[in-house]
Amino acid sequence: MNASTLVRLSLRSILRNRMRSLLTTLGIIIGVCSVIVMVAVGEGSQASIRDNISSMGTNLIMIMPPRGQNAANRLVIEDVEKIRKEGVHVGAASGVVRSAQAVVGGIGNWPTTVYGVEPDYLRIKEWTTGAGDFFTERDVNLRAKKAVIGMTVAKQLFPDDDPVGKRFRIANTPFEIVGVLESKGSNAMGSDQDDIVMVPLSTAISRLRRSRYLQSIEISAASEDRMDDAQAEVEDILREAHRLSPEAENDFSVMNQAQIIEMASSVAKTLTMLLGAIAGVSLLVGGIGIMNIMLVSVTERTREIGIRLSVGARRRDILRQFLTESVVLSLSGGLIGILLAVGLSHLLESAFGLRAIISPFFILLSAGFAAAVGIFFGYYPAHKASAMNPIDALRAD
Amino acid sequence: MAVIELTGIKRYYSFGEVTVKALDGVDVTIDRTEFVAIMGASGSGKSTLMNIIGCLDVPTAGTYVLDGMDTSGATDDGLADIRNKKIGFVFQGFNLLQKTTALENVELPLLYDRAGGGKDAMKKAKEALERVGLGERLHHIPNQLSGGQQQRVAIARALVTDPAIIIADEPTGNLDTQMSNGIMSLFKELNNAGITIVMVTHEEDIALWARRKIVLRDGRVIREELRPAAPREEV
Repeated sequence: MNASTLVRLSLRSILRNRMRSLLTTLGIIIGVCSVIVMVAVGEGSQASIRDNISSMGTNLIMIMPPRGQNAANRLVIEDVEKIRKEGVHVGAASGVVRSAQAVVGGIGNWPTTVYGVEPDYLRIKEWTTGAGDFFTERDVNLRAKKAVIGMTVAKQLFPDDDPVGKRFRIANTPFEIVGVLESKGSNAMGSDQDDIVMVPLSTAISRLRRSRYLQSIEISAASEDRMDDAQAEVEDILREAHRLSPEAENDFSVMNQAQIIEMASSVAKTLTMLLGAIAGVSLLVGGIGIMNIMLVSVTERTREIGIRLSVGARRRDILRQFLTESVVLSLSGGLIGILLAVGLSHLLESAFGLRAIISPFFILLSAGFAAAVGIFFGYYPAHKASAMNPIDALRAD
Repeated sequence: MAVIELTGIKRYYSFGEVTVKALDGVDVTIDRTEFVAIMGASGSGKSTLMNIIGCLDVPTAGTYVLDGMDTSGATDDGLADIRNKKIGFVFQGFNLLQKTTALENVELPLLYDRAGGGKDAMKKAKEALERVGLGERLHHIPNQLSGGQQQRVAIARALVTDPAIIIADEPTGNLDTQMSNGIMSLFKELNNAGITIVMVTHEEDIALWARRKIVLRDGRVIREELRPAAPREEV
């Protein structure tokens, strides 16, 4: 009996009991579907995080205060100057401080985040001003009260006017708006990147933050292949600037973009695995359902097995027949589950804005896994069928 | 020429301490184109003998040569192949696959033919059904057929592989007299065409259709009757 005959016969006997077959495969359908959807959503959120961090800049290296409880932040504006002066692999560098502020001006006030940065920041972020100009190195040196605002802030405060040249107040300090940033829209996590005000770093330190220490230094390496060199170089420069002895640990932490992505997506990755594993359990339960029904089916079809044996079926033929049935059952359950998962993922994306990524590899994997479940859980019933004594089987009713 | 040679066949079943001697030394030879009825009361061992002749069971002792081939020592697979090629079964309860058309039921043995006999399975099955007079019922399922017709399908299934013998186990046990006569005359017709038939029955008037009668009691052959011209042969 060749493979196509086997599949045809098993399809026929599956279709003979439509309702039961559907209920049997339901476990597999739900299992496969939930595994795929869970993993797709997990992958999607990882990708969102990745995109989000990638959009933070190109060839980005970030210097932050040291991690740990009693480690003091010693990053200062002079460090940035030194990096910019001495770093041969460094393309651009800017100190960054952030503070949440309500800005007042135009037609009202607006809560936003004020960034104290240097002109290099725009290059690091690959950002441009749409109207007006960015403040200059000189403005930073003079602690100029100049600001560049994002599109959202511009719309909120000056809905009808050109904000360039207008004045507004941040923490009771009047600032002059010199430029409006090109709109960037929302980032991959859905937060509005245009809801921002940028002021010279020195001004922010003295007027808004009242601390000389920087929250971070953002650096863009001269090119992608010089990332590692730049990272090592910046580390050396900072150690020298902070006068660290060779055996002392860094009093800052350095991370490149890949490491940031790694760190940020590790939670999502763990979550993906956890969800996938839980869904995998339901697949297992589905497999047990198949075994259960196959056992019932074998008992019910004892007479049929007897007939087949009497007309010359070998034990192997019976084994193959029942194994094929359970594989066809679980595989078709798997395929339905895949289709359902694709549909559900689209629904999640369109209705809830969740990002779901189904990789073709994973589809193949789950189809393969469904088939494996069929073989694994179908083997025992099939073996039971094939081990029957033909005389007893023929006598069964 | 002998198609079945049974020599000193014994079949014992042991249930712990107790041993039941279902067959206790049976010697039977059946020639090609014979029509034999095996008779006996229940417990006489006739079913066991039929199972052994049909290669569904193997004897505890003794030799069984079927169609010139010694079956002793055959593996499970070997016995399956013998059943497939050399034996056609007809059972009391028809034993057709339910919800399966007559044609597919008759095709079944050919699907298990490993020698490539399954090539024109459909054509052969159709011919076999025409031979038993069911050429018009190819696509009916057992539920749509009368008992007599179902048994004809079973006979067609037994015929389709062109076996050395057909074994019929109480073939008319579930049928009324009229249908029984129809089935028996079909057997007669097939026998006249040269097919060897071994029939197990406990009904005297059914046994009358056979040319030879072998009577068993307590696992032994107690009587053999040869009937050169069976009374019903003209029917």
